[in-house]
Amino acid sequence: MLAPLVRMHIPDGFLTPAISVIGWAIAVVLIVVALRRTRRQLDDRMVPMMGVLAAFLFAAQAINFPVAAGTSGHLIGAALAAIVMGPWAATLIMTAVLAVQGLLFQDGGLVVMGWNIVNMGAIAAFSGYLAYTLARRLGGESRAAVMAASFAAGWISVVVASLATAIELAASLTSPLVLAVAAMGSVHALIGVGEGVITAAAVGLLLTTRPGLLQSGATAPGGRTATVILVGLAAALLVAAFSPLASPSPDGLEAVAASQGFLGLGRSASYPILPDYTVPFVSHPALATIAAVMVGTLVVFGGAVIIGRLATRRKTADL
Amino acid sequence: MHFDLTDQYRPRPSVVHHLDPRVKVVLALGFILAAGLTPIGAWSGFAALLILALAASLASRLGLTFALRRSYIALPFVLVALPLVFTIPGEIVYQTPLTGWTITAQGLDRFLSLILRSWIAIQAAILLVAVAPFPDVVWALGALRVPRLLVATIGFMYRYFFVLADETARMLRARTARSAEAQGRRKPSLLWQGGVAGAMVGSLFLRALERSERVHAAMLARGYNGQMPSLAHREMRRMDWLVLLAALLLLVGRLAWARLS
Amino acid sequence: MHHTIEVRGLSFAYPDGFQALRGVDLHVSPGEKVALVGPNGAGKSTLVLHLNGILRGQGEVQVCGLPVEDKNLGRIRASVGLVFQDPDDQLFSPSVREDVAFGPIYMGLTEDEVGRRVQAALASVGMPESAARVPHHLSGGEKKRIAIATVLAMEPEILVLDEPTAGLDPRGRRGLIRLLAELPQTMLVSTHDLRMVQELFLRTVVLDQGQVVADGPTATLMADAALLAAHGLEA
Repeated sequence: MLAPLVRMHIPDGFLTPAISVIGWAIAVVLIVVALRRTRRQLDDRMVPMMGVLAAFLFAAQAINFPVAAGTSGHLIGAALAAIVMGPWAATLIMTAVLAVQGLLFQDGGLVVMGWNIVNMGAIAAFSGYLAYTLARRLGGESRAAVMAASFAAGWISVVVASLATAIELAASLTSPLVLAVAAMGSVHALIGVGEGVITAAAVGLLLTTRPGLLQSGATAPGGRTATVILVGLAAALLVAAFSPLASPSPDGLEAVAASQGFLGLGRSASYPILPDYTVPFVSHPALATIAAVMVGTLVVFGGAVIIGRLATRRKTADL
Repeated sequence: MHFDLTDQYRPRPSVVHHLDPRVKVVLALGFILAAGLTPIGAWSGFAALLILALAASLASRLGLTFALRRSYIALPFVLVALPLVFTIPGEIVYQTPLTGWTITAQGLDRFLSLILRSWIAIQAAILLVAVAPFPDVVWALGALRVPRLLVATIGFMYRYFFVLADETARMLRARTARSAEAQGRRKPSLLWQGGVAGAMVGSLFLRALERSERVHAAMLARGYNGQMPSLAHREMRRMDWLVLLAALLLLVGRLAWARLS
Repeated sequence: MHHTIEVRGLSFAYPDGFQALRGVDLHVSPGEKVALVGPNGAGKSTLVLHLNGILRGQGEVQVCGLPVEDKNLGRIRASVGLVFQDPDDQLFSPSVREDVAFGPIYMGLTEDEVGRRVQAALASVGMPESAARVPHHLSGGEKKRIAIATVLAMEPEILVLDEPTAGLDPRGRRGLIRLLAELPQTMLVSTHDLRMVQELFLRTVVLDQGQVVADGPTATLMADAALLAAHGLEA
């Protein structure tokens, strides 16, 4: 049952054509900007570097380790790419990976690829990058701080991207919002641990062997724009998420039925996952689930900062 | 993980294989879109598309069931949509004994339509890479105005994926060779294993980065200056236009009929 | 008549501080075939990368009469064909034809001329039917040959090869040696394969710790056991 949720690649048919087109529009804009930014950053090294690193990410996704009962943790890699190369380059790298995965291996659909690129490319890369830079700024420069920040980046990138995926599925009336968010969110909260650990360990190795590399990632273009982009995307997605409830959907019959379905779902307590995910004073289950995940995100982020701070303080105390 | 390192391309002396790569890409996409636009419950519409897919498979001399046999890839994700049968309200068809969940006709319609859309779409995608060598597909993307730098990056990714997959496989094999189980000793902690995996990823990253620097030097040595050279030119032949128009007309026509009836 | 390769007092240090070349002098005349030998870390690859401007150090480097400066790089890279050690680094296109055509296309040649050169280059390396093949399906020896073809397509005056026989089985090695013997270009080959050096190259330059420690007829150098031992070479 968990298998399909482990992969975030949406296949064709699971999003409506209208929503797919919107995804492509957003993806195209992001890709064009990413090309321009990365070109400025890397000049004529761009094509071979992005291409080979994309090949690396795809190959690295095969490096796994068992997490729990049959599932294994493995890397998506957007956060790692963003940490080392900056979020725009990471978006490009993920685009190449997703393009080949979709075209060659039918991992993810072709018409819905726009959203896959937005989710696993832009959203994962930018949220991971933001988490990393913020955590690092707050937590300090020690090795432990950087690794903790990397862990947070990995975890957050996976969880946020999975939430976005769930919202898109819900907006296409493929999956009920609450269930999609809860299921995807919980599974990826677990998988995110694997991503976090691998990202942190990989960064740890880079710190030892080529520390200069991470400096360049920190100064890569992206910072302020990243915040703007993420906020914009989040707002757009939230609007999309709640639109089936707010306004009649294009397919006439579904309009009333859909809203009834969601409300009915909310009232019945038939899904065991729900009770764990409701936050007491927020009544609407979808909002509650999202709020719960956000709380989790803040906890992980806060934890990374605290660890970083402690490690830095101990380091200076040793001097 | 699909680590099927064999290329998906199957060369055959068929009309479909000879088509211009741009036609192949456009038709595949058009097909998938048509499947997505076919309304819920339009069973004859889906059937028509399925027949078209089988016909294309036959015309490509791949055999009737080529794409069918490989389309099980889509299966697992279908579970994501399973709740639909319970949540879309309407005329109740069945009620589960213990939990009292109701399955509705509308829910079933929606779920089945989704499965069909996805299934048909994946067959189109499978056929596309079976009748067109991947470098041709990459070329077609460039010819269809995908930014050249992105197309070049995808080309490189494809080219070096096999090299890096090899290096990864060798690393994994080396890890397995050293993952002995001593009698009576506990297996190492998850955190440690995760750390090892992460270190492997990190060192593979470095190797990839260094390789990309060498490739860059090799490109410079042959005159590269950051601009991608212009693409090879390919003329659309009459056959290409004919097939393109005929197929598009078929798809649009079928779609219109399905939506109007 | 100018020397084809002229290096005077070349010094170079990598960004991490390692001094790879310390005042290297090297003169190669047109048509000469010269072997460059020395232990690992001697600076052979570093020196080779200066010949087409990928690395820039202190001192003078002139190739085919042109000083290695930004404005000459285009012409220099068309005149110096550099074949790298790992053919996977050199074969970066989805098909053999595209790889061999990359250089000529970049030079701005017409489609016909590009086609002619691709054919000629593939024929020179003994693989005329391989245009449609995919790089990762080639054997090690085939990859090396195609890598050489990618460079031959640019019709360079000089061929510079870095470890051409490394990693080849005896048959592949024999084929490559035969190929190098047939090619007419001026050649500078960096290698550990001293038996090949004795077979093909009349002149040998020994590099160690960034400096030229010997430069003369191959036969003489190879007979000097003390010299070989001092610089980690074995005939």
